[in-house]
Amino acid sequence: MSPTHIAAVIAVGAGLVVLALLPRYADAYYLSLAISLLQFTVLATAWGLFSGPTRYVSLATTAFFGVGAYIVAVLGEVLAWPLVLLIAAAIGALMAVIVGISTLRLSGLHFVIFTFGLAELVRQLVIWYEVNKTRVLGRYVFVDITQNDIFWQLLGLAVAVFAIGWLIARSRLGFALRIIGEDETVAKHCGINVTLAKVTLFAISAVFITLVGAIMAPRWTYIEPSIAFNPTISFQVVIMALLGGAHRLWGPAVGAIPLTLLFEFLSARFPATSTLIIGVVFLLIVYALPTGVAGLWERVSRRRAAAPPVQA
Amino acid sequence: MTNAIFTGLMLGGMYALIAMGLTLQYGVARIMNLSYGEFLVAASFASYWLFTGWALNPLLGLAIVVPIGFGVSIVLYRFLLTPLVRRAATRDALEVDSLLATFGMMFIVQGIMLTMFGGAYFSYSFLSIPVTLFGETLALNRLVAFGLAVLFGLALYVALTRTRFGTAIRAVAVDPQAARLVAIDVTSMSAFAFALGGAMVAAAGVLVSMFLTFSASSGVIFTMKALMVVVMGGVGNLLGCLVAGLALGLSESLVATFVDPGLTLAVNFALFLGVLLVKPAGLFGRAQR
Repeated sequence: MSPTHIAAVIAVGAGLVVLALLPRYADAYYLSLAISLLQFTVLATAWGLFSGPTRYVSLATTAFFGVGAYIVAVLGEVLAWPLVLLIAAAIGALMAVIVGISTLRLSGLHFVIFTFGLAELVRQLVIWYEVNKTRVLGRYVFVDITQNDIFWQLLGLAVAVFAIGWLIARSRLGFALRIIGEDETVAKHCGINVTLAKVTLFAISAVFITLVGAIMAPRWTYIEPSIAFNPTISFQVVIMALLGGAHRLWGPAVGAIPLTLLFEFLSARFPATSTLIIGVVFLLIVYALPTGVAGLWERVSRRRAAAPPVQA
Repeated sequence: MTNAIFTGLMLGGMYALIAMGLTLQYGVARIMNLSYGEFLVAASFASYWLFTGWALNPLLGLAIVVPIGFGVSIVLYRFLLTPLVRRAATRDALEVDSLLATFGMMFIVQGIMLTMFGGAYFSYSFLSIPVTLFGETLALNRLVAFGLAVLFGLALYVALTRTRFGTAIRAVAVDPQAARLVAIDVTSMSAFAFALGGAMVAAAGVLVSMFLTFSASSGVIFTMKALMVVVMGGVGNLLGCLVAGLALGLSESLVATFVDPGLTLAVNFALFLGVLLVKPAGLFGRAQR
């Protein structure tokens, strides 16, 4: 380990300690803002885990998020909290494997279309079940979880998503995925089981998204399908990851922070036109920053390295 | 039973009509348009506005809305999408880029409609006269819309298969590189196909608005259905559009009548996945090289 590495590790550790102590000092408004920031950081990073290397655009974030929230609403009062989270993770993974196996063998386009409709499909199934079987459409979430608990759990999840992303990038799986992203035919000829690699990563990414939904559920106290399966979440996560640059692990987080603040500001100030403004922001990013902040940063630093020093 | 089949055929015809524009945009111009349904709803609103504000018959309104749809699409392609076409290194890259760009566009169009009309549902009453056909009662506006949809579909089919111009468009859909070699201007053909798709979606929006309630945020569902029909039928294939649209409509109305109306979307998806697992390129699509 070089001194810079050690310094980086110490800096990250110190930053985490400061963040963990935040609920003690921040007031309710800043705490809830911090929760939103962490939520979108985890969601965007988890999205980037799968969509970054493979370049398969997933529009299904809200489907997994909503399923996580619903599991808490159904099981939250019955089972212990860690058990609920475990079940949420398992169901999220199962759903991702089913969707992945049936669509990831096809072209990327079919995957996009299917994920585009997945949230709507799951929402319709939940409504059908609630109307026909349980005969209630909304549910109350009664669990003993405070805002502070939500914050700490999200912080733990954020650490986990970065750690796992870092580990994947250094594993055989990560290497295989980078080859798939470059050229899928080449990857097949190298003897990589393309479908297995993609489905595994999709499931890992989905577990994190489902867990975020589960952890965030106590914040609402009352949920119904239209709240839990809110399509704007899918959209916001994609735009955040794109702004930061999904091909780097730290990219989506870089995009998540400014955009969460922007969306928070817009929905408070201009509730009527916020959809329009968000769309314009999205287009600007697609046209001006196709590889995100991460891509821009790489280009700048490469240019600086290539340029000869002006004075010794 | 007869009623369910009738409803299914009507619904299927509507799906096929909606999907025809998208299959042109995606099959020829290679633009995966996620804002497609928003443009359809915009045309519905235009028709609503002409009918309630100016008392203009929606069938005459077609003559105004369709050319506007064509013009707006040309402008969009020239100024928003051509930079992406130039930038894209491969066809896959263009697909992802156009997908993201039109995803942003979807929110812009939706935002504009939300600020203009709010989130409420709209409808107007035009030709809602009961007609008895084969012992079943149907609304006249649905029948007229269905008849016009068939007419538009036929006209497009003949234009694409029987004219020199249409053949050029189909050549671009098959292979843009080879089309250049036989002196076809691929760029302007793509622009034209995209705009033709825009005209078709405008027509579909007007026809749909005659018998369906719509709101500023109901475009997504149209986009989804159109995408499913296009991919199921085989990209760029009009006959595939028709067959897939009818299959989707029939399965939906049969399930709604005999099983549960809450499960229509689930049936759509099951059909979609089932077809693609057997034939990944769609019913009438050719396998990719």
